[in-house]
Amino acid sequence: MTVTVDYYIALSAILFIIGAAGVLIRRNPLIIFMSIELMLNAANLAFVAYSSIYESFTGQIFVFFVIAVAAAEVAVGLALIVEIFKSKKNINIDEMNSLKG
Amino acid sequence: MTDLIVFLVLSLVAIASALGMLFSRNAVYSALFLVLNFIVVAVFYLLLGAPFIAMAQITVYAGAIMVLFLFVIMLLGTDTLPQSNVLPWQKPLATILSVILTVQAIYLVFARARSDEAVLSPDASVNSIENLRAMALELFNQFLLPFEVTSILLLVAMVGAIVLNKHEKTGAK
Repeated sequence: MTVTVDYYIALSAILFIIGAAGVLIRRNPLIIFMSIELMLNAANLAFVAYSSIYESFTGQIFVFFVIAVAAAEVAVGLALIVEIFKSKKNINIDEMNSLKG
Repeated sequence: MTDLIVFLVLSLVAIASALGMLFSRNAVYSALFLVLNFIVVAVFYLLLGAPFIAMAQITVYAGAIMVLFLFVIMLLGTDTLPQSNVLPWQKPLATILSVILTVQAIYLVFARARSDEAVLSPDASVNSIENLRAMALELFNQFLLPFEVTSILLLVAMVGAIVLNKHEKTGAK
């Protein structure tokens, strides 16, 4: 009994769904952000699994770029959250309903 | 057979830590569960023959990104949020949508996308150093332009984060 690529895709789907549920259910923007990271990770796992069965490096290189973009996204996103907290003293995402600072 | 046992145990840890991230009341615990999840995913990358990606995952995700998260959580002191009732219908609706997404994913994974190709075993030659060298050659030849664009993206993100948190003393504008 060997591990086929289906197992990895199923695991990737489960992790992605947990991340999506986190975005939908939780109201703390930091945890929503962490759920987005979890979803990116699930997609990366699928990329690397297919890269393994096709014996090609393109999937792995794409994952490398995804990691770099995620780092940039986190830096800017956390800076935005800090700024919103400074101006509103509250980071509940339901109460962020105006664009005016 | 051992491959399968290793996979099942690791995936159990990955799913449990993801659920722990989702259901922790305290944001610091969520961040630590997510670190565990990232490390388990890095072990999966090693099993799939991607040692470079596994190391990048640990240094960039489990190291840099999660430390940034923990800094911000502790800086803002918002590890637990008070309950708010701005949109009371939101949580049941979100739960229903999550269940629908789960059903769709189960259908797609187990009914449609069957491909019984086995992944390479961890001791295959794919983990050897020649393979790492080949990946580097591909990255710096075929993907050189995206690589450089990524460096510009990181520079822009760095400048953006600094500009967003810079406070002008004069108060003008």
